[in-house]
Amino acid sequence: MIQILNTTLIGLTSGAIYSLMAMSIVLVWRSTRVINFAQAGLALASTYIGYEAVQLFDNYWIALICAMLAGAAISAFIEITFMRILLKHTSSGPIAGVAPIIATLGLLGIIKALITMNWGGQDVVITPPLSNTGFSIGSDTLVFSPMKLAIIVSVALLVIIFSLIFQKTNIGLALRASAYAPEIARLAGVRVDLVRTLGWALSGASGAVAGLLLTSYGTGAFSPESAEFSLLFISGFIAAVVGGLDSLVGAVIGGIFLGLVTAFVLMYISSSLFFIAPFVILLLVLFIRPQGIIGVKAGRRA
Amino acid sequence: MLCAAILQLLLPISERGHKLSLVVKDLSVDHGAIRAISEVSFTVETGKLSAVIGANGAGKSTLLRTLSGLNKATEGSAHWGDHNLLHGKPESHVRSGVSHVSEGKSVVAELTVEENLDLGALWRRNKKEATESKKQVLELFPRLDERLNQRADTLSGGERQMLAIGRALMSKPNLLLLDEPSLGLAPLVIEQIFQTIRGIVDTMSVTVVLVEQNAMGALKIADSAVVLNLGRVAATGNASDLIADPAVRAAYLGY
Repeated sequence: MIQILNTTLIGLTSGAIYSLMAMSIVLVWRSTRVINFAQAGLALASTYIGYEAVQLFDNYWIALICAMLAGAAISAFIEITFMRILLKHTSSGPIAGVAPIIATLGLLGIIKALITMNWGGQDVVITPPLSNTGFSIGSDTLVFSPMKLAIIVSVALLVIIFSLIFQKTNIGLALRASAYAPEIARLAGVRVDLVRTLGWALSGASGAVAGLLLTSYGTGAFSPESAEFSLLFISGFIAAVVGGLDSLVGAVIGGIFLGLVTAFVLMYISSSLFFIAPFVILLLVLFIRPQGIIGVKAGRRA
Repeated sequence: MLCAAILQLLLPISERGHKLSLVVKDLSVDHGAIRAISEVSFTVETGKLSAVIGANGAGKSTLLRTLSGLNKATEGSAHWGDHNLLHGKPESHVRSGVSHVSEGKSVVAELTVEENLDLGALWRRNKKEATESKKQVLELFPRLDERLNQRADTLSGGERQMLAIGRALMSKPNLLLLDEPSLGLAPLVIEQIFQTIRGIVDTMSVTVVLVEQNAMGALKIADSAVVLNLGRVAATGNASDLIADPAVRAAYLGY
């Protein structure tokens, strides 16, 4: 019984982090129809900026906000200076679909190289602000700790803030309209280019929080070569696809789903399936419901 | 209406509302290597309804898309009053009072009816005026008022067209570009939409350019018309004259 509870809580925590990364991927996909591999590097860069902020302010939560702002700024910068021009020049022709993806892979390489140049390849540590010693229930100790609880609460807060922005504000209406029907949005007077940049900024913020929380999920140590960060993007991508790639709600559900399934597979089948389980889920979803669990089928508009 | 007409007469001729007319001169637009429209010229007076008719592929939609900034012109000029329509993006044209309802019920399917309407007024600073516009639109289309919280893709074809026009009116246009509002609608609904368009011209003093394949229906409510054939102006003039013109009848009205 305690084991099921443990596994569920672990699944929820990692799932929460995947959700943020999935949201980050979905936000970029919705605004520019690009899968941006550089987001793995962006999350890492933002986490390093979070590390610097911890040195400066000696406060994890202020650092988290700094990382968020930095992630938003870098992401918006990339959209304006790089992606907008790239998409304009590759909007037609045989490479139209592939060029942006290859370009984001190149960008990922550049970002990682810059990080290594600036911070070196060795591990740095952001000490988690809360204990990672599990809660106790009677004589049993859970794997679930105050830090993991804080991770879930932070993600929940961010998701609530994002959904309020999207559902209740004018900016959210502009973001949604530009994502679903950019031409109609422009004809209605929405400055779609500006809205697109904003979508990227929100994506950068979400990815930054995912990165920083990811370090606190473990010991707090990370480096440019951390396997966790490469996996973060892949897990986020899988979660986004599971959720239909177009939906923020789907991204959150997809992330939690992926986290739970992975946790249970590791616990009850074999921990050597850590790298395989997410891909099996991806393949199953693509075979059975390629539009995602809650996605809408393409061709919804005549 | 009458008062306005008398006031117009009292003004010196140079100021009689001609300031805001739509003047298109020698407009040519290319789609890659293909010339979609060629040396098109026509004028629409303020507060009038002009129909642009012609067969499928005559360049009608291209003409509207160029006027609203979605397509780029190759040569020529197009002005709405002092405003150069060939410069700037659609989102800036909207701010200058030019609204375009593109072909095929241009609503955002995933948004609710109310959100679609609000979308048209997002850019307006004066929120009180925007609320006033919404009230006006909902009076014009009471059907939309009953369906405010429904998603746009649950509406019937006619209701979607009303919503598309309503969204455009939310931007408080003085020039409204309508692309085939009758497309795919039942005859009775078409009649209703056309009467509404005429009403918008008469009561809201909006100038309308109406692109239509339904030539007869459009000519009946229009003041003037432009007939396009293979991207060129085949005929232009008063709508009533064109209806009477044997050549136009034979080619576009089918009798």
